[in-house]
Amino acid sequence: MSSPEFLHPIGRLLLRVTATLAGVGVTLFGLLLVTFVIARVVPVDPVLAVVGDNAGPDLYDRTRVELGLDRPLYVQFGLYVSQVARGDFGMSVLTSRPVTEDIARYFPATLELATAATLIGVLLGVPMGVLAAVRQGHWIDHLVRVIGLAGYSIPVFWLGLMGLLLFYAELGWVAGPGRLSIGYEDIVEPVTGLLLLDAALAREWEVFGNAVSHLVLPAGVLGVFSLAYIGRMTRSFMLDQLRQEYIITARVKGVSEARIVWRHALGNIMVPLVTVIALSYAHLLEGSVLTETVFAWPGLGSYITSSLLNVDMNAVLGGTLVVGVVFVGVNLLSDLLYRLFDPRAR
Amino acid sequence: MTIARWIATGILLAGTVLQPLATQAATPRDTVVMAKQIDDIITFDPAESFEFSGSEAVGNIYDKLLTFDPGNVADIRGQLAERWTVSEDGKTYTFTLRDGVKFHSGNPVTAEDAAFSLQRAVLLDKQPAFIIAQFGFTKDNVRERIRATDGRTLVITTDKPYAPTFFFYCLTASVGGIVDKATVLKNEKDGDLGNGWMKSNSAASGPYRLRRWEPKESYTLEANADYWDGAPKNKRVVVRHVAEAAAQRLLLEKGDVDFARNLEKDQIAGIAGNADLAVQEGVKGTIFYLGLNQKNETLRKPEVREALKWLVDYQGIQDNLLKGKYQVHQAFLPKGFMGAIETKPYGFDLEKGKALLAKAGVPDGFAVTMDVRNVSPYTDVAQAIQANWAKAGIKLDLIPGDGKQTLTKYRARNHDIYIGEWGPDYQDPHTNAQTFAMNPDNADEGRTKTLAWRNAWDIPAMTKETEAAVVERDAAKRAAVYEDIQRRHQTESPFVIMFQQIEVAARRKGVEGFILGPSFDNNYYRGIEKK
Repeated sequence: MSSPEFLHPIGRLLLRVTATLAGVGVTLFGLLLVTFVIARVVPVDPVLAVVGDNAGPDLYDRTRVELGLDRPLYVQFGLYVSQVARGDFGMSVLTSRPVTEDIARYFPATLELATAATLIGVLLGVPMGVLAAVRQGHWIDHLVRVIGLAGYSIPVFWLGLMGLLLFYAELGWVAGPGRLSIGYEDIVEPVTGLLLLDAALAREWEVFGNAVSHLVLPAGVLGVFSLAYIGRMTRSFMLDQLRQEYIITARVKGVSEARIVWRHALGNIMVPLVTVIALSYAHLLEGSVLTETVFAWPGLGSYITSSLLNVDMNAVLGGTLVVGVVFVGVNLLSDLLYRLFDPRAR
Repeated sequence: MTIARWIATGILLAGTVLQPLATQAATPRDTVVMAKQIDDIITFDPAESFEFSGSEAVGNIYDKLLTFDPGNVADIRGQLAERWTVSEDGKTYTFTLRDGVKFHSGNPVTAEDAAFSLQRAVLLDKQPAFIIAQFGFTKDNVRERIRATDGRTLVITTDKPYAPTFFFYCLTASVGGIVDKATVLKNEKDGDLGNGWMKSNSAASGPYRLRRWEPKESYTLEANADYWDGAPKNKRVVVRHVAEAAAQRLLLEKGDVDFARNLEKDQIAGIAGNADLAVQEGVKGTIFYLGLNQKNETLRKPEVREALKWLVDYQGIQDNLLKGKYQVHQAFLPKGFMGAIETKPYGFDLEKGKALLAKAGVPDGFAVTMDVRNVSPYTDVAQAIQANWAKAGIKLDLIPGDGKQTLTKYRARNHDIYIGEWGPDYQDPHTNAQTFAMNPDNADEGRTKTLAWRNAWDIPAMTKETEAAVVERDAAKRAAVYEDIQRRHQTESPFVIMFQQIEVAARRKGVEGFILGPSFDNNYYRGIEKK
């Protein structure tokens, strides 16, 4: 993005910020519009979702009016947008609570899971990718490639169930589905909604341990996919770098091999790597319906999905907006990180 | 080699570190833990609750005026009502309430609370309100027609002399739950009669109170140690939402839950050999049927309708696809209802089916479509029927769709054949008779979208008979009328009624006393005990 040269640096910054914000606004508005229209044109009666199949005609008609469905589509959308602008996302039909309250509860569960999974993906995936590139053709390289392939092809549902069967049912290394065991519920008062953080803040280390035990497996399962993607990309970026002439120059100069790999080559792939990691993280933050289903994890993915299946429009729109904000936010963050890693982008 | 050793060490280390975190005692002795699909719950207010899972919880929290023996539905008993009388003209019911019963708040249960509760259901006018309102109560008259004359006497006047059994069964439904007037009104907001607060709180006199509800996550009920009919045998019941049946099975096998409530056929078979587990069953009212749209010229022929009934392999489908979940049943009143008949005239008979098709003028079969919800067991059963009918030359085209989508189409009468289920709204035969055997106005714009209407089955005579059954005051005669209607319905109607649902709960051995009643609001927790 180039800015007019004649502007003062602060003016340039302001212009850039305004342009970015306007872009974000348009994106989110478009997202809402598309979701709204799609949800209204599907051949499903949203009134039925509220009143059920057995309801009489009077209740049916009244609910239709209550939901505002008797008005033209553009009026419905206009009303909704003006509501959202005031911070009111409406009530969810399925949970009987304000959508904002629901999201405040389900999003942290997803955030915790996605963050843990991405940590696993980065901490294991990057070194594995680097090792595979350095030892190209060695068994470790084959292993990384097999994991990469598996990560793309094994259904997450199956991997989750098999993980439960092995690590929970057979070995007993981890706790089962859910975020906490029954005995640990109600001990920690939710502050952030992130169980690990809340437990740590309250210094309830047993609860913390139990939460970790519940988190490890679903995070591990999602982590495998994140790891597979990050590992493969790291490997191919690294292979590309290791063939470059500056690496040969460094070797000739007698720079240690470790420094060449971990500092020079890895340093140079940081920009594309950050993009890869950000994309994978943003993807996980949308919530993973299948993983959440297998592990009885009350996250955003299953919230949006079940709302969608029940035509709970406020919940769907609210959830979609959150996903949109997250996506845009993670992208902005990775843009900022570019500038950190690449002096040319500053 | 070093890398391999590192990896192996890492995995072992992870196991050693994690294991102590995972170890935990089995579920606490005084707490019953269930894994169940409970994401359908939207409220715990008895005047609003109408979902399967919600009404189960409400049934354990609230007392009603009347109840029935879950083992013998004909035995209607007083719950908060000690005794009752019906006036000569059959329109006025006088209930005398039990003395000395208290709400969880400590307030005494009075006739005023009972009157308020029933009025409130009508005034709020939520989904189940019609169960009470159908006796002639409107927002304008309900305060006069349902009233307390003194602390223990409740007088209810209906608009017509209905069959007393009809009225009584309706009072046993969740919507008849008696709420604590003072507590409810203390939490009223903007004239909502406490509905907003009652969605996630309780004000009841029953065996449990609602301690916590997290939508799509769990609910916790706490026992009422002072319950007038004897304290529950456990202190707490925690029901957790576990969507995936396979995960429910693992939790049960590991002892992290005491009950798994939604196991599938294969999982039930899978735990059969496990000595620590047991399975209990209860017959539920849900009916599995085919609806044949009478707007379709071919399906309109009586011989075709009957032929289709002879061409379904009921027994085979039950044994191979629905074992432990449904049983063969061919009448619109489910077993366990007053007046239900258990005759099963139809079985797969290719010759009879073919002969009837020939008589109808379609000896080589015909082509027809069926709208199918794209989830188990609908898809499996629809495919089995497709194969059955193909033998007689009928080409059945299955149109898969999401549940809400197929239902929208069905209610617009745009289907040929619909495969689906119907669950009764309350324990009286009228609930199913009204939908399967009544169609007051068969016009497209007809407002009463009963199942008979949806299939465009025009039945003025049967509609009258069904209406008459509702005011038959002699219980035995009334049962006989329903039996008669069902027999004719069985042969003439465009409904191929196939199965009745069985509810299965898998449990740890030694956790006993759970009652699976005939409807979802009489699945009782209070007798559950860990031995």
